[in-house]
Amino acid sequence: MDLSLTRHAAVLLFVCGFLNVLHGSRGEIPPKPTAAVTILPPVKPDNGPQAYPEPAKNNLPVFTMDYPRIQIPFEITLWMLLASFAKIGFHVYHKITIWVPESCLLISIGLIVGAIMHSVNEEPPAVLTSNVFFLYMLPPIVLDSGYFMPTRPFFENFGTVLWFAVVGTLWNSIGIGMSLFAICQIEAFGVSDINLQENLLFAAIISAVDPVAVLSVFEDVSVNEQLYIVVFGECLFNDAVTVVLYSMFTFVAEMPEVEPVDVFLGVGRFFVVGLGGMAFGVLFGFVAAFTTRFTSKVKEIEPLFIFMYSYLAYLVAELFAISSIMAIITCALTMKYYVEENVSQRSCTTVRHVVKMLGSISETLIFFFLGVVTITTNHEWNWGYILFTLLFAFVWRGLGVLVLTQIINPFRTIPFNMKDQFGLAYGGLRGAISFALAFTLPDNINRKPLFVTATIVIILFTVFLQGISIRPLIEFINVRRTNRNVDTINVEIHCRLMEHTMAGIEDLCGQWSHFYWKDKFMKFNNRVLRKILIRDSRAESSIVSLYKKLELQNAMEILDTVSGDISAAPSVVSLNEEKRGSTKPKKKLLAADLRNMHDILSKNMYKIRQRTVAFTGKHSLPNESQNKEILIRRHASIRRSLRPGSFQSSIVPKSQKYFSLPPGESLDSRFPPTRLSFADNQETMSEVAYPPRRSRFSKPKRSPSGAMMPLRRLNTLKEVPSVDFLDERSKSGDRSRTPSSQDDSRAPPPPRSNGSEDDFTKDAHEAEEEEGRQQPSSPPAAWAAEPRDDTPRNPLLKPPQRNQK
Amino acid sequence: MGALQSLSGHPEYIDLAEKTGFSFEQIGVLHKRFKQLSHNEGTLRRAHFNEIPDLACNPIRAQIVEAFFDKRNFHQNDDGTIDEINFEEFLVVMSHFRPPALHLTEEQRGNVRKEKLRFLFNMHDTDNDGTITLEEYRHVSISMLSPGRKNVPLMVVEELLSRSGSLEKETAKSIADAAMLEVASISMGHMEPDEFYEGITFEHFLKLLDGFEIESKMSVRFLNMDATTLCK
Repeated sequence: MDLSLTRHAAVLLFVCGFLNVLHGSRGEIPPKPTAAVTILPPVKPDNGPQAYPEPAKNNLPVFTMDYPRIQIPFEITLWMLLASFAKIGFHVYHKITIWVPESCLLISIGLIVGAIMHSVNEEPPAVLTSNVFFLYMLPPIVLDSGYFMPTRPFFENFGTVLWFAVVGTLWNSIGIGMSLFAICQIEAFGVSDINLQENLLFAAIISAVDPVAVLSVFEDVSVNEQLYIVVFGECLFNDAVTVVLYSMFTFVAEMPEVEPVDVFLGVGRFFVVGLGGMAFGVLFGFVAAFTTRFTSKVKEIEPLFIFMYSYLAYLVAELFAISSIMAIITCALTMKYYVEENVSQRSCTTVRHVVKMLGSISETLIFFFLGVVTITTNHEWNWGYILFTLLFAFVWRGLGVLVLTQIINPFRTIPFNMKDQFGLAYGGLRGAISFALAFTLPDNINRKPLFVTATIVIILFTVFLQGISIRPLIEFINVRRTNRNVDTINVEIHCRLMEHTMAGIEDLCGQWSHFYWKDKFMKFNNRVLRKILIRDSRAESSIVSLYKKLELQNAMEILDTVSGDISAAPSVVSLNEEKRGSTKPKKKLLAADLRNMHDILSKNMYKIRQRTVAFTGKHSLPNESQNKEILIRRHASIRRSLRPGSFQSSIVPKSQKYFSLPPGESLDSRFPPTRLSFADNQETMSEVAYPPRRSRFSKPKRSPSGAMMPLRRLNTLKEVPSVDFLDERSKSGDRSRTPSSQDDSRAPPPPRSNGSEDDFTKDAHEAEEEEGRQQPSSPPAAWAAEPRDDTPRNPLLKPPQRNQK
Repeated sequence: MGALQSLSGHPEYIDLAEKTGFSFEQIGVLHKRFKQLSHNEGTLRRAHFNEIPDLACNPIRAQIVEAFFDKRNFHQNDDGTIDEINFEEFLVVMSHFRPPALHLTEEQRGNVRKEKLRFLFNMHDTDNDGTITLEEYRHVSISMLSPGRKNVPLMVVEELLSRSGSLEKETAKSIADAAMLEVASISMGHMEPDEFYEGITFEHFLKLLDGFEIESKMSVRFLNMDATTLCK
C-alpha cells in the first residue's frame, strides 16, 4: 500500500509537473504578440516609431510572427492537447482511474491549472459560449452515447428508460424548483428576488444527470444489464429533456408574466419538440443508411457521411428549434445498424474511433474548463441557497427513483429491487451538461453567478463524493451482477433462441408485449427496410456476425502468438496440430462433421503475410487486407463446404482438402516434387513479393524438409507456417475476390504469370480443384494482388476489433 | 372483469396457483386463452397450436410446441411425449417462463436458473438421452438462421439441408459446429486425442451458459388483465 501510495503521488507529481510545463508554455504565449510586434517593426510599422526612433527600411522580413492570426485555433489546440495529456497521465498508473473517476481527475487538473492562471491573473479563454457549446461541443458527446448505445438491451428496457428520463427529469426539475422557490420566500437567506421561473430554470439545469463516471464503475463491476441500461439511457434522454426544459424556462424566465395558457402551450411544445426531434433523427438516419449503400467505391470518405448526416440532423433540428439531441440520438440509433453493414470494416472502425474521440475530447474539455472556471470566475456564495440546492437535489432524486420505480415495476418483467434502486438513485451524478448549461445562461438572469456557483458546487459534490464512493458501495451492497461480456457463440445462440421462444410463448398466451413487437419489427425489417437500405441484403443475424468476429479474433490471436520470432513458428505448427488432434476425437459423428471441424479450425488458423506496404495514392486508402481477406476466406470456405455433400464423401477428397486434413495422408509423397519445381520457378519470377507461395506445401508435413529451410530464411517472414493456410484458402478465395482485385492497380504482374505458369504438376492440381469446385476459373494467383498490411498497422486494427461492443 | 373475479374463486385455482406460482388473475387469463385455443375442449393438441397465426412464422415453433407435449416439462419425473395436454399441464409448462421473484437468495436464484436451463436443455435434447448431440444442436441454429424456411418442420431437416443451397444454412451449420467446439473446449478442457465428445450433458450445459442470465432472458410478463380480445 505504501508503495502504491508513493507511486500514486509520484504520478500525480509527474502530471502536475508536466502540466506546469505545458501551462508555462501556454501562459507565456499571450504576452508574445506585443513582444513580437515591438521586436519586429516590419510587421506592424505603425507601432515601430516609438520603440525604434530610426525607422527600419521596409525590407522583406526574414523572420516574422503573426500571433493574433493564429491565436484562437492555437489556444484551442493547446487546451485540447493539455487535456489529452492529462488523460494519458491518468492512465500511466491504472489504479488511479479505478478508484477515482476520470472526471474527478480532470476537474482536479482543471482546478490546478485554474489556480495557476489565477495566480498570474490570467483570464481563461472565453471559448465556452452558448453557441460554441450547443453547436460544437454537445453534438459529439451525444453522438458518442447515442452511437454506442447497446441497442438490444436498450429496446428491451425502452419504456423504463423513457419513464425515468422524461418523467424523472420533470419530477426533479419541478420538485427542486418548487422547493427552492419555497426557500426563496424565507427572508433570512437573502435570495427572495429569485422568482419561480428562474428557480425552475436552475432546477432544470441541475437535474441533468451525467453518470459517465458511474457507468464506467458499473461496467467494471458488471452490474446487471437492466440497471446499467437504465442509467445509460436515462443520462442520454434526460439531456434531451433538460435542454428542452432549459430553452423553455429561459424563454419563460424572460417573460414578464406567465399566464395559465402558457403552461399548456409549454406542455404541448414539450411533445412537439421531443417527437419532432425523433422524427428528424429517424429521417436522417434512414437517408444516411441509404446513402452508404452506394459508397463502396469511395471508401475513404465513407465515415464522413455518417458524421455529416448526424450533424445535419442536429443542425436542422436546431433550425426548427426542436430537440436536436433527440434528433442526433435517434439518427445514430437508426443508422448504426444499417450503416455498419454497408460500410467496409475499416470505415466502421474509423467511425467508431472518431465518434469516441470527439465525444471524449469534448467532455474532457468541459470538465477541464469546469475546473478552471471554478477558480477563476467570480462566485456569489450563498450558504442557504447552495446547501438547500444540494439537499433538494439529493432528496428529490432519491424520492423520484423510489416513487417512479414503484410505478414502473409492475410493468417490468424483471422488477428493480431496493439495491437496484439505490444504484439508480446514487448514480445521479451531475456533470458536463449541467455546467455548460449554467455557464451559458443568458446574462439577463440577474442571479447568474449564484446559479453557476451552485451548479459547480453540486457537480463537485456529486462527482467527487458520490463518484468515488459508488464503487465501494455497489460492491458492498452486492447489487445483482451480470456478466455482460460473454462472447461465445453458444450464448449468442441462446440469446436468440430465447427471443424466439419468448415471442412464441407470448403468442401462445395471446399477449402483446415487447417480444411480440420486436418479432413484428424484425419481420418488417427483414422484408422491407433491409432490402432498401442495405447493399447486400442477405440477412445476417447477430450470431453470424459474432461468429465472424470470433473468427477474426482467433486469427488475430494466432498472429499474436507467432509474431515473436521464427523459432516460434514450429511450435505453432505443433500447436495447431495438437489442436486439430484434440478436435478430431470430439466426434464420433459423421465423417462430414469431421471435415467441417477441420474446415473451421483451418479457417481460423490464419496468418497475415507481412510485406513492405504498398504505396498508396493520395485518394485511396491502403487496402483493407486482413479483415477482408479473412472474411473472403470464410466465404470461400463456406462455399467450398457447400459442395461436400456431393463430393467429399464419395470422390477422393480434393487436393485443397489435404491441407486442412491432419497429417498422415499421403501428401508427403505427393507434393515434394511439386514444391521443388515451384521453388525453381519462383526464384526467377518474384523473390520478395511472392514468398509465401513456396512454403505453401510445407504445412501438411510435420517436419519441414531440409529444402524448406533456406526458403524460409529468404522470406524474412516471421509467421511462415500458417501462411500456407492462407494460401490454400485464398486460392479458392480468388473467385470471390476477383472483382475487387481487378480494380486494384497495384497488382504485381508476377503472380499472374505465376498463376498461368505451365508447371504441369500445378496444372493438374489446379484442374483437380476446379473440377471439385465447379466454378469458372479465374487466374488463381490473383490473391497476391491484394496488398497486405504492413506490420505496424496490425496493432492499430486489432484493438477496435476486440473492443467492439 | 367480473368473470375474472368469479374465476379466481374457483377452488381448483388455489391448487394450481400453489403448484405453478401464478396468481389467480394470471391463471384466469391463461385459462381463458386455453379455452380459446382448444375451442372449449378440455385438452390441447398439436393441431391447435399450429392454428395460431402469429406462431406460424416463428422459426423455432416446432421446438416450442414440442416442449408443451414433453412430459419432462411437467415436473413429474416422467419422460416421453403425449398427444394432448390439459390445462394443468399447459400451466405447468408456462410456469417455466415466470419471471423470478423480486427478492431471491443466491440459492433460490440458482434453482430458478437451473430449472429454466433444464427446460432449455430438454428443448435441445430431442431424443431424451441426456446429451445434446451436434445434430440436435444444429437443428436449433439452422432453424433460427434460415428465416426463409421457417415453416418447414424440423423433422425434415435433412430435406431442408439438401434443398437449400444457401449460404446462410451452411453458415448456420458451421456455426453450430463452432459452437460445439466451444462447448467441448469449455467443458472438457484439453481432450486426449482418442477421446470422444459425445454431446453436451446437462452439467456442461450449465457450465456453458454460466455467463448467460437466463433468469431474466427467459421470462415473460404474464398479464393480470385479459388482453386476448385484442389479439387474433
